[in-house]
Amino acid sequence: MKHWAIWLPLALFGLLFAVFASGLIAPGDRTIASQMIGKPLPDFDLPQAVPDRPALAKADFTGGKPKLLNVFASWCVPCIAEAPVLAELAKAGVEIDGVAIRDRTADVQQFLARNGNPYTRIGRDDVSKIQFDLGSSGVPETFVINGKGIITYQHIGEIRADQVPMILQKLKEAQ
Amino acid sequence: MIRALVLFLSIALAAPLAAQDSLPPAPYAYKQLEDPAKEKAAQDLMMTLRCLTCQSQSIADSDAPMAGDMRNQVRERIARGEDPEAIRAWLIERYGDWVSYEPRVTTMTWPLFAAPVVLLLLAAIIVRKRFTRARAQGGKS
Repeated sequence: MKHWAIWLPLALFGLLFAVFASGLIAPGDRTIASQMIGKPLPDFDLPQAVPDRPALAKADFTGGKPKLLNVFASWCVPCIAEAPVLAELAKAGVEIDGVAIRDRTADVQQFLARNGNPYTRIGRDDVSKIQFDLGSSGVPETFVINGKGIITYQHIGEIRADQVPMILQKLKEAQ
Repeated sequence: MIRALVLFLSIALAAPLAAQDSLPPAPYAYKQLEDPAKEKAAQDLMMTLRCLTCQSQSIADSDAPMAGDMRNQVRERIARGEDPEAIRAWLIERYGDWVSYEPRVTTMTWPLFAAPVVLLLLAAIIVRKRFTRARAQGGKS
């Protein structure tokens, strides 16, 4: 056996150790980004979630003005934290359309009564179909849709108060 | 002490329930397709699709509501006559390779497929060298 070869097992051990250590110290990012950015919104036509807001379909996003598409649910805890931030965005003139995921009308109404209603339209999706269409993997998630119905940005998780300027910027870029 | 334990347990057990919806599962989340051949195709596909919210389970194994909704999608599409690989492609188009447990050959994954071949070739070369050397030595002595 060659002289240098006796170091091979140690070197191999060192390499594996480094790989495992790096994985433990800095675990990989577990969020699943949608691959639909830059692509047109898939076709969908959802029924009304609450009586005082119209239903939501793809056609509502091709009117020429960028909008937010917010996926939420009354059973989703971070959505409660997001509600005042969405209200702030709505106040700034942003049109927010919502989709209530796996939700009952009465529950959505209660959620909106308690946390405010920033939505122009609310669709209802009982089987999470829109999430698979959008490449979304949880609630809440918010998509910026430009005036031609193209998805330009995906925000995973709730929008925090300090992220409002960033969202407004994304909407501006989508113009 | 016991009261504290009961309180702790009730809080510990109640917390995960807080983030669950109250809607019944989607029609085909837990119900099999009527046609056994189609159900088999759906089942085979579902075993190789990753649950989005639980991440280390397939959607066939997970009880997460979203996995149930995904099974519903898969079964409905198979029932409509869609090809399982087309359904996989539809999901990969949205979530990336991540969603599938069946690795594809891409610019990033080709070493996975090349490594066994390279290792086998290397082994064959080494073994051949050893045998020829041994034969040469055996011839001499």
